[in-house]
Formats: sequence, C-alpha cells, structure tokens
Amino acid sequence: MTVQFNLNGRRIALDVDPDRRAVDILREELGLTGTKEGCGAGECGACTILVDGVNRLSCLMLAAQLSGREITTIEGLSREGGTHPLPEAFVKHGAVQCGFCTPGMILGAAALLQENPAPTRDEIRRGISGNLCRCTGYQKIVDAVAEAARAIQEGEPSS
Amino acid sequence: MRKVFLPRDMAELWSAMADEPAARVYAGGTDLLVAMRAGTVVAPALICLERLAELQGVREEGEEIWLGAATTHAALLSNPLVGRHLPLLVQALRTLGSPPIRNMGTIGGNICTASPAGDTLPPLYVLAAEVELQSPGGRRRLPLRDFIAGPGQTRLETGEILTGVRVRKPVDANCHRFEKIGQRQALACCIVSMAALLTVTPAGVVASIRLAWGSVGPTVMEAPAAEAALTGSFMTRENLHRAAVFVRQAVAPIDDIRASAAYRREVAGNLLLRLLPG
Repeated sequence: MTVQFNLNGRRIALDVDPDRRAVDILREELGLTGTKEGCGAGECGACTILVDGVNRLSCLMLAAQLSGREITTIEGLSREGGTHPLPEAFVKHGAVQCGFCTPGMILGAAALLQENPAPTRDEIRRGISGNLCRCTGYQKIVDAVAEAARAIQEGEPSS
Repeated sequence: MRKVFLPRDMAELWSAMADEPAARVYAGGTDLLVAMRAGTVVAPALICLERLAELQGVREEGEEIWLGAATTHAALLSNPLVGRHLPLLVQALRTLGSPPIRNMGTIGGNICTASPAGDTLPPLYVLAAEVELQSPGGRRRLPLRDFIAGPGQTRLETGEILTGVRVRKPVDANCHRFEKIGQRQALACCIVSMAALLTVTPAGVVASIRLAWGSVGPTVMEAPAAEAALTGSFMTRENLHRAAVFVRQAVAPIDDIRASAAYRREVAGNLLLRLLPG
C-alpha cells in the first residue's frame, strides 16, 4: 500500500507492506538509522520517534499507522543545517557513552520539554523513564536536559 | 503480508471485521504487537482502532463517567474529569508502563489484554466498572468482573469490540489509594498491586470499603471477608493486621520470574497497612 506522511518536515509517499514495523521502514526503506531498535518490545525506548509531537515507540507501530502523521526522527530534530539545544547539551555534559539510547533519549526529552518547558530534576527523571541507558547512570543526561530546558527558555543555544 | 485496517468510523470497522473475521483488533499495539513478534499470537490481518472517534475521550453522563476504549492512558491522565472524579484510576495510570507506553496504550486494551497484572483493573473493579460492548447486531453492557474470564481471557464475542468503560462517580469515597509493588519504579510489570476505595467517618471509622488486588491470582482478586472485617472498625494498625489475614486467605498467587507466591501473599496483606493515616 502507499503510505503518505510528513517525515522531518518533508511530505513523502512510500509503497510498503502495511504490516511492517515503523522502525523497519525508517531504518531500511528510508535509511534513517538514528532510530535504534533495542528490545523490540516497548521496554527500552531506543526506537522512540515523535508522532504528531508525541513520543511513541516505532517498534510497536505498523507502517499503515504512519499514514497522515507528522513524524520526527532524531535526524529531523534540528532545523535545517542548524543545531538543537538538546543534542548540544548532551555533548557538553558528556551525557553520551555508547550512544545507542541517545536518539530515543533526546526525542523523549524533547517531548517532555514540549509539555513541560521548565521541569524539575524529578520531572525530568519521570519524563525520560521510558528510555533506558545502561552506560551513563542518568546523572549527566538529567544535567543535559535541565540545561537544554534553560537554553530553550532563554531562546539561546546551550553552549 | 497482512492487511492492516485503520477504520475511521464504525461502518468501516464493521466492514473490515466482516471481510477479515479472523483479524486481530488492537489500539495501542503495546501488547498485541509484542505478542505477535514473540510468536504467541498469530494474526492473519490486523484492525487498528486508533482513529475511531467514537472510541475516544471521556464524558460525564449524570452520575457516571464514560471512558472511550481507545483513549490512551496519557489522554486519561490529562483529562480534567478523570482527575476530578477518579483519583484512584489516576494513581494507577501514573504507574503504568512509561511515558511512551502511556502515549500508545489504551484503557480498552488494558482491559481486553486481561492480564492479572493489568494496572487499571484493580481500580476499575473497586469502582464497579461496566464495559460497553458493540457489534453490528447491537450493544450490551457487562460488569467488568464478569467480562474478564481468566488470564488473557474475556467474554468478548466474535465480531464484537469493547467501545467504552463506564464507572459511577465515587461521590462518597474520601480515601482513594492505589499501591503497586514492582521491581523498579518505571516500566515495571506489577508483583502485587492493591486498589482501595473507602469512606471513613470524621471519627475515623470505616463506613464502607472496597478492595481489589492485582497479580495475586488468575484475575483481579477480591477479599469480601477483609472488607467485612474493616467495615465499622477504626482504621488502626491492629484492625488492618487482622483484616490482612483474610486477604492472604483470599488471594491465589503463583511463583513467576518476578516474585514467589509466598512473597506475593505476604505483601498483598501488608499493603493494607499502607491505608493507615499519616
């Protein structure tokens, strides 16, 4: 079937099997390998994407469900050629080790900041509680999200 | 390749169900798609309910609140009617899965999955929820406790879907408590949970109490003897300990990867102590 949706601000139409998983469409058909598959069962958050601005898991969504949606992957988070305060702050705070959780973590944080632009550290922890990181111990991730929140509020890049 | 239907109204839904009688119906996909990938469910076709407006939202209807079956947990959490009238359900929803799971999973899905560990089920049992079922032939209502038949089993008939859940506003209750023990705070399948809805007099006497437990039996477990023991009693540690004995007799837990039956039985009783004021 032909599935039409907006991907990172671009309108696209794809001829795909409707029962393939969204994560496979993104990675294998569209080459957007920033979206990772960790557990494939909704428990790790590595495959997080934004669907109409809301963080969802692309391993538990079928291609047909992309139809008509506004999809943002990690590749589309920054404006054309620009940067975004979240990845900037992750770099600055060393909130990345192996990096596998990072795209999902950043998109989860982006959804959180959309809903709550000035979260407390506790609210940040709860906001990213669906994204597992096995390297960092989360402290630096929370630091980075807190700084990105401040930067977004001040309307400036974080570094 | 399987067909995937995304009906936009009830007519499209019934036509898809007629075309593919063996299709599996889902909304959020957080249970069904996991089971399909694990190979425990085989679906020749899929029907996704996420775009059916008829199954969305929350309505106040007189003394009752109607919750659309395909309403996500996150949508329920941010709904003012749910916040005002169903604090017990709110507490349970906050512990369910994780933010992305709550953005996808729905209350109707949590009910139809009929897991003994389903986080919304103990609250809905004590709220005496009724499910609304619909097929091309008509509608029916069933008490939730009659709808759920066993672990993973419901009385949903072929060609029928769950459209909504109805609960009476618990206007007299002044204590709404959901407690959940898991292996961690987020993304935890519960080891034991307890929902409690009480009316306590200003003097501290339990005027009425409804209790239900998750993950300690094939379905949600209730303990009428514990409720009877507490009704008319003061909320003291001694009285709660005494009632906990009845709870441990009423539950029927099993050993699994998360906890032993003995631990679950002990904790199911102990959770009553969390009702102690202060």
